[in-house]
Parts: sequence; structure tokens; C-alpha cells
Amino acid sequence: MKIKVKWALLTMIFTIATVLTGCEPLLVLDPKGPQAKTQADDIMLSILLMSGIVIVVLAILVFVLIKYRASNQKDDYEPPHIEGSALVEAICIGIPVVIVIFLSFVSVKSNYEVEATPAAYEDTEPLIVYASTSNWKWHFSYPEEDIETVNYLYIPAGRAIEFKLYSYGPITSFWIPQLGGQKYAMADMVTTLHLAADNPGEFMGRNANFSGAGFAKNTFEVTAMSQADFDEWVEEVHETATPLTEDKFEELLEPGHLGRSTYTGTHLEFSPAPEHNHGSTESEVDHSEHENHDSNHSDEESDHAHH
Amino acid sequence: MDFFDRFAVPHPSFLIYASMVGIGLTMIAIVLGITYFKKWGYLWREWITTVDHKRIGIMYLLVALLMLFRGGVDAVMMRYQLSMPDNTFLDSQHYNEVFTTHGIVMILFMAMPFITFFFNYLIPLQIGARDVAFPRLNALSFWLFFMGMGLFNISFIVGGSPDAGWTSYFPLANNEFSPSVGTNYYMIAIQIAGLGTMISGINFITTILKMRAPGMKLMKMPMFTWSAFIANVIVVFAFPVLTVLLALGTMDRLFGTNFFTTDNGGMDMLWANLFWVWGHPEVYILILPAFGLYSEIIATFARRNLYGYKSMVVSMVVISVFSFLVWTHHFFTMGQGAFTNSIFSITTMAIAIPTGVKIFNWLFTLWKGKIIFTTPMLYSMLFIPLFTLGGVTGVMLAMSAADYQYHNTMFLVAHFHNVIIPGVVYAMIAGLTFYWPKMFGFMLNERIGKWTAWLMSVGFVLAFIPMYITGLDGQARRMYTYSESTGFSMLNMVSFIGAGIMAISFALLVYNIYYSIRYASRDIGNDPWDARSLEWATHTPVPEYNFAITPQVASTQAFWDAKKNGHELFKGKIEKIHMPNNSGWPFILGCIFFVFGFAMVFSIWPLAIVTLIGILGCLVYRSFEKDHGRYISVEEIEETEAKLRGAKK
Repeated sequence: MKIKVKWALLTMIFTIATVLTGCEPLLVLDPKGPQAKTQADDIMLSILLMSGIVIVVLAILVFVLIKYRASNQKDDYEPPHIEGSALVEAICIGIPVVIVIFLSFVSVKSNYEVEATPAAYEDTEPLIVYASTSNWKWHFSYPEEDIETVNYLYIPAGRAIEFKLYSYGPITSFWIPQLGGQKYAMADMVTTLHLAADNPGEFMGRNANFSGAGFAKNTFEVTAMSQADFDEWVEEVHETATPLTEDKFEELLEPGHLGRSTYTGTHLEFSPAPEHNHGSTESEVDHSEHENHDSNHSDEESDHAHH
Repeated sequence: MDFFDRFAVPHPSFLIYASMVGIGLTMIAIVLGITYFKKWGYLWREWITTVDHKRIGIMYLLVALLMLFRGGVDAVMMRYQLSMPDNTFLDSQHYNEVFTTHGIVMILFMAMPFITFFFNYLIPLQIGARDVAFPRLNALSFWLFFMGMGLFNISFIVGGSPDAGWTSYFPLANNEFSPSVGTNYYMIAIQIAGLGTMISGINFITTILKMRAPGMKLMKMPMFTWSAFIANVIVVFAFPVLTVLLALGTMDRLFGTNFFTTDNGGMDMLWANLFWVWGHPEVYILILPAFGLYSEIIATFARRNLYGYKSMVVSMVVISVFSFLVWTHHFFTMGQGAFTNSIFSITTMAIAIPTGVKIFNWLFTLWKGKIIFTTPMLYSMLFIPLFTLGGVTGVMLAMSAADYQYHNTMFLVAHFHNVIIPGVVYAMIAGLTFYWPKMFGFMLNERIGKWTAWLMSVGFVLAFIPMYITGLDGQARRMYTYSESTGFSMLNMVSFIGAGIMAISFALLVYNIYYSIRYASRDIGNDPWDARSLEWATHTPVPEYNFAITPQVASTQAFWDAKKNGHELFKGKIEKIHMPNNSGWPFILGCIFFVFGFAMVFSIWPLAIVTLIGILGCLVYRSFEKDHGRYISVEEIEETEAKLRGAKK
């Protein structure tokens, strides 16, 4: 009777899971970029492996519970005293060790993949986007294109994107589930997240880290488009949008929610990203200063300088 | 009026006013009730001033059950809020307060006192001691914990609850983004309760190392005592970090220092690091004693000795060491790079190995056993598959590249509830059912107990399995609402139904206590479960001095070997017993701490200074106080023993 309940329960879980996954693929398991693909593959691999472990444990449990329950045994049966055997313990340690070594290998390999420019787009020159949060908005600055958007993000598909993340307030986390996992944006340093979209499409993006009263609606829309469409959009912005002034930016930083808006120029000129790299090596500091210099340079020259 | 304004709740609502009235009426009812039944004297003499580890344990238990109720109400409110898209039951501010207090209450004021109850009640009995090493310090631990709990719980009717999450990451938790006194409560109430926990950690370590019965070598201790020993070692290493962390946080909030600010040399990430340097070992402080309880219960009802005693001990030691080496996995996404993440990814996965050893040892304990399905055993058997599920999702989270997708989502929420509920909560209820007859002399009803266990498990599965799915679908944790278009609504409704079923199962647990008080047989003897370790060798109810004659131990399952293999536990004759005196000072010191905490929360400096002097005064007084305890005479012991033997028959 109890076993039946357990199986009924398990069947129910599996039904719920299949029905739901059948309806519409879950965002994280429906990757649209190389980084999200790496992560989805790791997730599926670990789900399969872990299901195996759960099934083995469950099978052993059900087996011993049926075989050795008191009602299935003679009244005068006295269970033996067993201290434990070195061989059995070695197997119980050995198999998990093998599994952990295997998963460690996968994990380390993926770590280096997601922390680098996506391998498929290594030959493209990465687009650099500064993504910063203020309560409870997203500001996207394109230093090379010299434009800035609020709460929406246009990116070219088929090209590596390098996000520089920081915050004008609490710690937030930049997350576009279908393009790749998240990373924190903090007020006193800049973190880097490498993403890319394989094809044009629209994606949900949000702040995933709790940041106060307006957190739930701290979202943004992502549109990936062809490089040509992207260039066209940049040109259009330069023709139609108003410049972002320091006063206007201060106004944007006020706590609250805003719709989409678009500006020429970026706030990096008067409110630069906190790129002073806590505790990093000298060469990295040099590198970031160099980068800063370059982006300032390109801003001053108001043409698309390369570094 | 400015002075009084700050005591008002900044975001009042009907629910909060209703709870104010409810709390007020309950308090009045309790005070009137005690006065009417003339129980003030009894309460003071027998409970408030007690230094008896068993009574202190039972007081911890009462607090734990009360807080289970409060945290549970928080949980159901959250699940209801999220059961429908764009629900307006709670607004964002209230939801934030509710999930913050739910986390703190459940971890620090429910799970911690629950395990401390088991530490208090069981450790001295399992090692054949008369009390803990420092009984009066033990009372102080309880009262500090109690006052911290009280201070924390008044926050939602006086001044406002904390709302920055139970992790309270800076800069969100600093004055700029959390201006209400809520986070002051967090810093100070947890500090006071944490001092109590740290003191009891030292107390239990000393007790276990110095007060074991003759013959009980370390490797002959019952498994629960081993788990308690290791957990308390972790307490002593981890809680000072919390103390320092909260002290620095308090100074940032109250005195404008810059430890965790984002400029002037402050470092907000330092908070996250220190928090988890304490916070990760903290979860092992909860789970190891739970493992200890399962070991006792499974061995008892498999009617076999625990398989692989040595590897059980070694695995716990390994877990305790590793618990300090994995904290970074709570923020793989902070940008520390692939190399650091790889190291912490591997150390985290490595913890699965000793944990797996424990699971297999329990399975092998069942092997060749003679398994009896009592309520505690049923919880243990539900624990094994459900906890395994939680454990393997932990391994999934440990893969740091994939964690970029799990982090801050409902997947993570599902995972930690999946280890804490079947791991810790089931163990607490199983242990409570198992030791109930030892404490109160009657058993809880088995039929209702089994219904509770099954209902709780069905509720658990319905409440938390859907979260794995919505997490992978992009539902971030701590969102107070979501729109229809996200498609989260159906699974969140299932989750709410599950939470409702769990709530019913807890109501059933309370009903079971009521039912058993009324109808259960009192004629159950000293050993109703046919158990194995020393705590069952004394009378039920346990006399003040625990054992009339100090037992002599020769094996890991002393009582079982006394019953089946003719070991003699009680050699020699009764001698007079030295016991500690009751004292009201721990309670008084606790009260002063409460007022001090309150003054600090609201920055009422004169009061804070006066109470601080009071605290120091109590310490000085205690240093010069002469109290040599008292002796229970041989005649008195013999009389008690005769009475208890008679009562048993």
C-alpha cells in the first residue's frame, strides 16, 4: 500500500514534468547562444547522471525495505551484528569519487568556456556594451557606437558581445537565460560577461539578484538582429535621439521604474565605470586603463575608433 | 512626537494591525491565565530559574515549535501571493519582509533551537552524565537565545521587519537602501541569539569531552553524540565569524563606519564572503545532528547495529572540514573568474562523497535487519530518497558554469528546501516522536503520526518539485509577483497547494500531541521502542539526576548489550549526588540584554549605556558569587528510585 503511494507520487512528478516540458521548452534548456548551450548541455548531462544515482538509491531502498521488513521474516529471526567491511566502504567511496572526478572535469572545462569569448565567434571583434543598473532600471552604453539605451538591449547576432557590468546601488545580477547564465553587477568594480546570440530573436533579460522594493520588475528586453540591421539602428539613433546630458542621467538614476528610452552619447564620459580593479595584478590595471583611455579617446573623436 | 514616530511600522497594513491585536490579546490571555491558576511561582521556580538540561531543552523545543508556526505562516503567505500572476495579497515591501523573516526565523529561531533541544536533552543522557559541564551557562545560553528571538519577533509590530533578505547583502542592507530599523533588528537580535549559541557550543564540547561515563571511549559514543560533538566544534569555529560580521554591520549602520560600503575603502563583497564563511558551515551544524538522529532511529528499527560506525564518524569529520572550504559556491557569479570557481566547484562536489557514504551506510544498516515501520522510521525512510534528490541537485548546483543559470532562481530555492526539509525538519519530527515517551511518559499516536508523515511528504513534493521547473524557466527567487505571460502561474499554484498540505500536516502534528495527551497509555515502561543507547536505560520520566548510579559502558550500544548480551551497566551502590543550584541571574541578564538590544536598534543611547553597565555588573557579580551547589542525599535518591520503579509497573 505504501509502496503504491510512493509510485503514484513518482508517476505524478514525471507526468507534471513531461507535460510542462512538452508544452513549451524551459528557457534555460532552450539555448539561443553558445554560452547558454554549454550550460544547458552541462545541466542535461548532470540531470541524467543524477537521475541514475537517485534511481539506484531508491531501488536499493525499496529492495531492502521489502526483503527485510519484520512481517516478511520469521518471528525468531535475530539480525546479525555487522561492523562494516572495508571492501564495501571502498566501493561506496570509489564510485562517487569517479563520478565527482568526471563532473569536475566537465565543470572546469565549462568554466573556462563561459569565462571567455565564445569559441564559435572568436574571429569576430567583440561588441562592448556597458550594462549598469540603478534602482530599478538597466542602462546600456555602447561606447564605440556612442549611444545609450534604457531597459532594452539591441545586439548583433553571430558576433561575440562583451558586457561590462556595474551598479549604481545594490548588487544586481545581469541575466539573459537563453543567451547564458548571470553575473553580478556591483558598485565598486566592473565584472565581465561574455555572451553571443546565434540568430536574430527576442529574449527576456532581468536582474536576478534581490535589490529592494522594485526588484520584481527590474527587467529588460533583448533583441538580437543581423549586423546590417544593427548598424542601421545605430545610424537611426544618431539621427533621431537626443544627447544624454549629465542632468538627464541624474534624473534617470532616481529610484523607480521607467519605460524604454534612447540617447546619443553615453554616461561613461561624465560618470565612468568603476574600473579600478580591486586586488588585481599590475598588468591588468594597465590593461583596463588602456581600455578606458581608448574608449574616452573614441568618444572625444566622435568616430568609431578601434583599439 | 518625533521620538515615538520611529516605533511605528513604516508600511502598515490590515494584516499587521490584525497581528498586533492578536499578539496583544494572546499576551493578556497568557498573563491572566498564569495569574488565575496561580502559576507564577511554579513558573519561576521550576522553569525560569532552572539549570536542568532537560528542562532547558524542553524550553528550546517550545520556542522551536512556536517559530515553526510563525515561519510556516510566512511561507504560506508567500506561496499564496505567488499562486496567481499579478496577485495583490502582499505588496512588494511586505513580501520582502516576509521572505526575509521566513529565512531567519526558520534557520536561526526554528531549526537551531530544535537541534539545541536535542543537544540539551540527549547529550548528557547518552553519555551517562548528570548535566552539562556548565549548567548555569547553559541557562544563560537559553535566555540569550530567547531574548534574541523575542527582539527579532517584535520587529514587525514595533518599527518594521528587516527586508533585505536573510543574507542582507550590503550595500542593500545599509542605511541608504534600507532606511527602516528593520535591519538593525537583524544585526542585533541575531547577535544576541548567536552569543547564546556560541556559549552552548563551548558547553557541549566540554560536556562531551570531559563528562562521559566510565568506559565510554570517544569511539564508543552513540552516533547522535558524535554528530552533536562535530556540529558544536563547527559552531565554535563558525559563530565568531558571525559575531564579527554582525558587529561590523551594526557599526556601518549605526555609527557610519565603512566596512561594507562601496566607497571610502569599504568592500561590499566582504559581507557576502564573511556571511557565507559562517553561513555554509551553519547548514552543516543543522544537518549533522539530523544525521545523528537518523542513525539512532534507523539502527533501532532495523533491529541492527549501525553499519560502518567508523566510516560514519570519519565522514562527519570530513564534512565538517569541507564545510569551511566551499563558501564561494554561494556566489560563483561574483566574477572571481574560472580558476577560483573551478576550485570551489570541485570542493563542493567532493562533499557529496562523505554524504554518499552515510546514505549507503544507512541502506546497509537496513540490510539483514528486521525492519519495523514506526512513525520515526517512516520519516527516516522518506528522508533517504527525498534527501538524495536534494543532494544530487546540490551536485548540479556545484557545477559553477551551470550555476550561472541556477543562481538566484527558484531552482536554488527548491534545492535548499529539498535538503533542509527532508534532512533537518523530518529528523526533528522523527526525533521528537522517538524521544517523546522519554520526555513525557507516553507515546504519540502512531496512526496520526504516519498520516502526518505521508501528508507532509506529499505536500513537500507538490510544493518544491515545481520550483525546480520554474527556476529553469527563468523565475528568479524573491520576486513578489510575475505577469501572466511568463507562464509560471500553474506550477506556482501547485506549489501553493503543496504548501497548504504541509500546513495541514503540521496542524495534524499539533492535534496528535493533543490527542495523545488525552488518550495515550501511560503504562509504557522505560524502553517502549526496544532501543539501543544509554538514554533509554534510566527511568521515564527521567529523574533530576539522570542516573542514580553512573553507568559503566563497554560498547557503542550500551543499553542493547545490557539487555541482550548481559553487560552490567550499573555497578556499585547509590551515593549522594552533587547538583547545581537554580539561579534567576541568567534570566535577569537575558532581560537586560533584551533592553540593551532594543535601545541599540532605536539608537536610544542613554538606555544603551545604562543597560551595558548592567550587563557588565551582572558579569562582575557572577565572578564574585559563591555557589557550591547542593547534594541530593542517598535516602532521597532511594525514595525517588523506588517511586519511579513502582510507577513503571
